[in-house]
Amino acid sequence: MVNDHTNNKDSFYHRFFDKLRSSSEFFYSIGAVLLALLIGAVIICLIGSDPIKAYKALYRGSFGTTNAIAETLLRAMPLALVGLGATVAFRASVFNVGTEGQLFIGATAAACVALALPDLPRYLLLPLMALAAMGAGALLGGLAIFLKIKFNANEMINTIMMNYVVIYFVSWLVHGPIQQPGSPLGQTEKFSVNGIIPVILKRTRLHAGIIVLLILVIITYFLLEKTVWGYQIKVTGKNMLASKAAGIKVKRIFYSAMFFSGALAGLAGMFEASGIQNRMIENISSGYGYTGIVVALLGQLNPIGVLLAAILFGALQVGASSMETMVGIPSSAVSMIQYLIVIIFIGKNAFPRLWKRFHTSKDKRA
Amino acid sequence: MEPILNFLSTPIVEGFFSASMRLAIPIMLAAIGGIFNERAGLSNIGMEGFMILGSLFGFVIAYATGSIWISIAAVIVIGAIQGLIMGYFEITLKVNQVVFGITMNLFCVGLTSFLYRIIFGVGNSPRIDPLPTLSIPVLSKIPLIGPLFFQQTILAYITYLIVIITAIFFSRTAWGLNFISSGENPEAAETLGVDVILTRYIAIVISGILCTVGGAFLSTAATGLFVQNMTAGRGYIALAILVIGRRNPWGVFGAALLFGAADALQLRTQLFSFKIPYQFLVMLPYVLCMVVMILFSRTSSAPAALGEPYERGGKKE
Repeated sequence: MVNDHTNNKDSFYHRFFDKLRSSSEFFYSIGAVLLALLIGAVIICLIGSDPIKAYKALYRGSFGTTNAIAETLLRAMPLALVGLGATVAFRASVFNVGTEGQLFIGATAAACVALALPDLPRYLLLPLMALAAMGAGALLGGLAIFLKIKFNANEMINTIMMNYVVIYFVSWLVHGPIQQPGSPLGQTEKFSVNGIIPVILKRTRLHAGIIVLLILVIITYFLLEKTVWGYQIKVTGKNMLASKAAGIKVKRIFYSAMFFSGALAGLAGMFEASGIQNRMIENISSGYGYTGIVVALLGQLNPIGVLLAAILFGALQVGASSMETMVGIPSSAVSMIQYLIVIIFIGKNAFPRLWKRFHTSKDKRA
Repeated sequence: MEPILNFLSTPIVEGFFSASMRLAIPIMLAAIGGIFNERAGLSNIGMEGFMILGSLFGFVIAYATGSIWISIAAVIVIGAIQGLIMGYFEITLKVNQVVFGITMNLFCVGLTSFLYRIIFGVGNSPRIDPLPTLSIPVLSKIPLIGPLFFQQTILAYITYLIVIITAIFFSRTAWGLNFISSGENPEAAETLGVDVILTRYIAIVISGILCTVGGAFLSTAATGLFVQNMTAGRGYIALAILVIGRRNPWGVFGAALLFGAADALQLRTQLFSFKIPYQFLVMLPYVLCMVVMILFSRTSSAPAALGEPYERGGKKE
C-alpha cells in the first residue's frame, strides 16, 4: 500500500459522491410522493371534498394511534417481502411479475402444512410452514426461468399467466379439497394455535413476522452488497453477455434470483394466512404481489429503501379505508395516487429536462 | 358430409364460432397495435392498462352520449394521448420499458376503478345497448365461415380491414420498411434518413389507439357493460400473441382467433355444468397461452433493437 493516502482520499470522494447521488435519489422519491399527493388533493377538490380533511383522516388512520401504526406495519409486511424479492429479481434483470401467484401458492402450502400437522409444537410447525411457503413460491417462480432457459419463453408473460392459473387453482382448492367442512365460503378451517404467528404487541394484530421481516431486510442488504452472489447479480442484470463472457454462470444467477424472489413472495403469503386470517381464504391478497413490485421500484432496488416504501404504501392503504369511512372518498383514489407516485418517480428525469428547456427558451428570447 | 354440415349449422355451434371471433377481436386489435411498436423497436408492456382505460371510457362516453361512434372517436383520442405519454417516457426519457409498462398497468386499473366509482357510485351497474350484430347477406350463411367471420359487429369488420392494411403497410410500403429498420438497426436507419424517434412515436401512438379501441370493444360491442378489471389479462395475452404470431399481422390474426376460441369454449362449457370445476375452465386461455408460447418462442425472434433506447447520433446527453 504505497498510495495509502490518495487511496483514502479517492474512496472518500467516491463515497461522498455516491452518498450525494443516492440521497438525491431519496429526495426524488420524497418529491414524487409530495407531487402525487398534491395531484391527489386537486382530484379530491374536483370531486367536491376537502383535501385537508381527507389527508388528516388518512394520517390519523395510518399513524394516529398505536393500533393504526400496527395496522400500517401489518400492511407493509407483505409489500416489503414481495418488494425485497422483486429487488433481487430486478437487479438480475429477471422480470418476475408472478409474485401475486407465488404469494397465493405460498399461503396455500403453509395452510396445508398447518392443517396436516396441527399438533406439532409451534417452534416446529411455524418454521415448517415457512419452508413450505417459500419452497412453493420459489418452485413456481423457478418454472418460469426453466421455460425461459429451455424454450426462450418470456418469463414476464409466463409469470403473469401463472398468476391467473394459480389464483383459480387455489380458488378451487379452498372451495374443494381443503375447504372447511360445512362452510359455504372459500376458506379452510382455522389453524390450530400452534400454526398461528404470535402477536407481539398487545391489543393490536401486529405479529412476530415483523421481526422476521427486519432480519430479512438486513440479510438481503448483506447478500446484495457484500457477497459475490450479489455482485454477480448486479453484473448480470447490467450486461448479461459481458457477465457470461466473464465466466459468471448466468443461468444459475437467473434461477437463484427468481428462487429468492418467489420464496419471499411465498413467505408473504404465509404471513397473511397464518398471521392475519389464521386460515387460508380465497382472497388472501388484494394485489400485494403486484404492489410489492412497484414498492421495489420506489425503494430504488435498495432493501432499506424498499422497507421505507412499503411502510409508506402500507400507511396509504390503511389510511385510505379510514379516509373512505370518514370523508367518503373511495379508497381506490389512494391506490391510484400510489401508482402515480411511482410513475412520477420513474419519470424523474423529465424535470431537469423541462427545467433546461425552460431556461434555454428564456435565453433565446433574451 | 350432410351430417357434418347439419352439425355445423346448429345454433350452439354457430354461437360458438361467432363468439370465438367476438372474444378474439379485443386481443387482436391490441396485438396488431403491438406489431407497430415492437417492429419499431419499442416495447409496450402497458397494453393491459391501455385496454382497461379504453373499456371504461368507451363505456362511459357511450353511456353519456348514447352513441357508440362518438365513444369510439373519443377513445381514439384518449389512446393517442396515452401513446404519447408512453412515448415520452420510453423514447425521450428512456426509462426501463418493462418497469414502466407494469407500473402503467397498475395505475390504469386503479384509475378506472376510481373513476367508475365516482361516476356511477356503489352498487350500480348500468348497461348500454351493445353494437348490433350486422350479418353480411349470403356470406353469413356459409357454414362455419359465416358465423365465424360474417355474423359480427361493424367494429369486427373494421378490425379485418386493419389487419389487411397492417399487412400491406409492412410488406409493401416504404413507411413499413422504415418501421422495421428502426426496430432492427436504428443507427443504420438514421444514416439512411429515417427519423427513428419520430417513427417510434408514431408507432406507439398507433399502438395506443388500437389497444384502447380493443378495450372499448369489450365494453361497447361484446358486452354492453363495464366490470372492474374486465380485461382480465387480455393485454398480457396480446403480448404473447405477438410472440406466437411472430409479429406478423396474419399470424397475429390466427393466434388471436385461437384464444378467442378457447375463451368461447370455456364460457360455453361453464353453461353446460359438466363435472369440471369452473376454475379449471377459466384457466384454459391462460394455460393455452403458456403452452403455445413455449412451442413458438424458440423460433420467434424479436426485432434486434427491441426495448433498447435510441440515442440520436449515438451522443449521450
